[in-house]
Amino acid sequence: MTRQFINGGQAIAQGAISAGCNFFAGYPITPATPILHHMFRELPKIGGIAIQGEDEIASIGMCIGAAMTGATCMTATSGPGMSLYSENIGLAIMGEVPLVIVDVMRLGPATGGATTVGQGDVQFARWGTSGGYPIIALCPTNPSESYTLTIRAFKLAKRFRCPVFLLTDREVVATMSTIESDGNSETESGTEWLKEPDPFVPYLIHELSDIPFLSSYGGKNIVRFTGSTHDENGFLTKIPEKVGRLNAHLAAKIDKHSQEIESVTVDIQDGARTLLVSYGVSARSSLEATQLLREKGMKIANLIVHSLWPVPTNSVTKTLSGIQRIIVSELNLGQYKLEIERIAQRIDRGIEVIGVNRIDGELISPRQIMELVI
Amino acid sequence: MTEQYVSYRDSKPYPFCPGCSHSIVLDYLNATLVKLQLDPHKIVIVTDIGCSGLSDQYFNTNAFHGLHGRAITYATGIKLANPDLKIVVIMGDGGCGIGGHHLINAARRNIGVTVLVLNNFNYGMTGGQHSVTTPHGGITSTTRIGNLEHPLDIAGTVALNGATFVARTTTFDNTIPHLIEQAILSDGFSLIDIWELCAAYFVPNNAFNRAQLEESMSKHALQKGIIHQEKRDEYTHAYRAMASSTIPSVKQPPLKPLFKSNLDNTLRIIIAGAAGQKIASTASTLGTAAVLSNLWATKRDDYPVTVMTGHSISEIILSPKEILYTGIEKPDIFLALAPEGIKTCKSQIDTLTDRSVLYAPRELLPIQTDARISTLDLGRVARKEIALAAVAEMLKQTNFIPLEAFKEAIRQTQRPFIANESLKTLDKLSTRG
Repeated sequence: MTRQFINGGQAIAQGAISAGCNFFAGYPITPATPILHHMFRELPKIGGIAIQGEDEIASIGMCIGAAMTGATCMTATSGPGMSLYSENIGLAIMGEVPLVIVDVMRLGPATGGATTVGQGDVQFARWGTSGGYPIIALCPTNPSESYTLTIRAFKLAKRFRCPVFLLTDREVVATMSTIESDGNSETESGTEWLKEPDPFVPYLIHELSDIPFLSSYGGKNIVRFTGSTHDENGFLTKIPEKVGRLNAHLAAKIDKHSQEIESVTVDIQDGARTLLVSYGVSARSSLEATQLLREKGMKIANLIVHSLWPVPTNSVTKTLSGIQRIIVSELNLGQYKLEIERIAQRIDRGIEVIGVNRIDGELISPRQIMELVI
Repeated sequence: MTEQYVSYRDSKPYPFCPGCSHSIVLDYLNATLVKLQLDPHKIVIVTDIGCSGLSDQYFNTNAFHGLHGRAITYATGIKLANPDLKIVVIMGDGGCGIGGHHLINAARRNIGVTVLVLNNFNYGMTGGQHSVTTPHGGITSTTRIGNLEHPLDIAGTVALNGATFVARTTTFDNTIPHLIEQAILSDGFSLIDIWELCAAYFVPNNAFNRAQLEESMSKHALQKGIIHQEKRDEYTHAYRAMASSTIPSVKQPPLKPLFKSNLDNTLRIIIAGAAGQKIASTASTLGTAAVLSNLWATKRDDYPVTVMTGHSISEIILSPKEILYTGIEKPDIFLALAPEGIKTCKSQIDTLTDRSVLYAPRELLPIQTDARISTLDLGRVARKEIALAAVAEMLKQTNFIPLEAFKEAIRQTQRPFIANESLKTLDKLSTRG
């Protein structure tokens, strides 16, 4: 077990480099710049590329281009930059490129509070581009998880050939914490999707949920990439059967594998009627509230969601046994509460879902959550 | 010598309108590629949006068809990640408008890609609206009684901004293959601005024809042919040369628990000072010292965006167990080191009770508080070492982590020159005390 004292930004950069990231393009924006600085310092030393784009559009565009040469790519920004990424996020979804996008959430809208914490991009990340296709988003609560979830984000991006968001926030990125690691990273998922079809066809799938083999520019295959609705060869098509199949595939490759993506930390307690749900920095308050309430003799269950998208419906549903009240803590007006409510309603036991929300740039304190419980 | 690659075209006919110039240029591109005998696996045709954006589908090379105006950004990423590839960007005057920022910056950066601008003075695909190159007075569906704006000189703009090979010509110039060849073989950013006829819109709307197209350059007092050539380091090569001379960093060793702490509870500390007092870095050192003493630590900072002025506040939490919530509602220890910090932390100072201690140098006292006050006697210490000295004094008095751990943290985390200075300051303090 080794210890470091670092912030989430450093942990993300270290995780990226451990995951083999060799291409970073980004545009300066508070509070994501610490990641940019670490990547610019480290990547040239290991033969990687770090470039500052002329804007966020160029930065994510460079990443998408580089990814098609086989580079392992990451970009990092905050809310306003996410807005500029929007169209290219759609391109990454449609062209099926692996890409890690870090969104260090700050208080919005617009310039908002550049140096203040917020968690307002949760639904924005999910619906951040036209068309409404699913994306994957992971959310760390501290620097240790920033490291491990960054590695996982790269794995999922490659596994599913899609953009994967690391939704973090100003507080997790900027706050230094002790991190403990045992040097083990998570186990690899299967590699059957890595089999190269012969002959190579750029977007060939058999089942809708298959992931087409990604061949790089400059290798032995001629590779076509397109952001237009296309057939398996990457040629523009309007044939409804092919169009429908492509679009259904873009959803199915994530939805059908949602259980593989799901990641939560559950701490249930026999007899608990109240479940505290949270994610990111707010989960730290929710956990502390759980500890303090239990010290007072109360029974409390706690759930931290690490994979915000797709919603870990399965894992959440499992924790609801015996629960009558759910308290969702988040630094927005209740964005993830909507998802939890959806699951609670499906169970149809009249579970009450309450939000603890803050939009003033301050953290939710454990006391704030406890006051609602008691 | 027999040619291995007879054509880079596939068998599909072009989709363009009769009379459109695009197919002429694409045939010239094909002829040039055949002449150069480049491996199609090493070529990427990157297209933008618009009629010209359909072009990549008619070539048996690698292809990237992206978003409107952004073709150059993808081309840049591809080139940076694999400099062995030859990249030809095909875009229209529309793409040069919406993506003008990328055009200028790719030229300025001198990234080694070739851009062919199929410039037909309007947006063909969306119904003939005016573009950045529509001539003054030109009739389009959005300039119905004549364009009030003046055209952008694409070739001149990139020539002025660092491109290394730039040509301007019309689709009726049969030297285009030679120009494309020079562009592809040039090392840096190359661009050919090819003026064309849009048979669907600009030609009928303006009674525009070949003769007028060929005259229009001289009418705008613009030169035809190669307008700019220079030698300059291509960005990708320059980047790799620079990166190879970068000194690898010495990996920071993990923090070993070399010391012991007698802390059995969570301790919350605020250091409130001002810019220039090294508040944040001293707080990091304190956190590191805590980790070296087998404690858990968190540290968060607050300062204005204009970092060299105003308050600088650090909040540090130390604990024998993992720290969850990183905010501080009631500090146990408050170090008041500058009026700016005291002012910003007014509400936290108000929460202090007689169980907390407020440390402050004499010149900042009195401070209105319920906390016990401990006067810091730091002697003559430089502004940038006030926080360091104050923390060391506080550690000497409280001893929740050994001063030695703080010194070790300085050695492990600061650059040797700065570490030496800091340690000297601490030694001076202890000999005084």
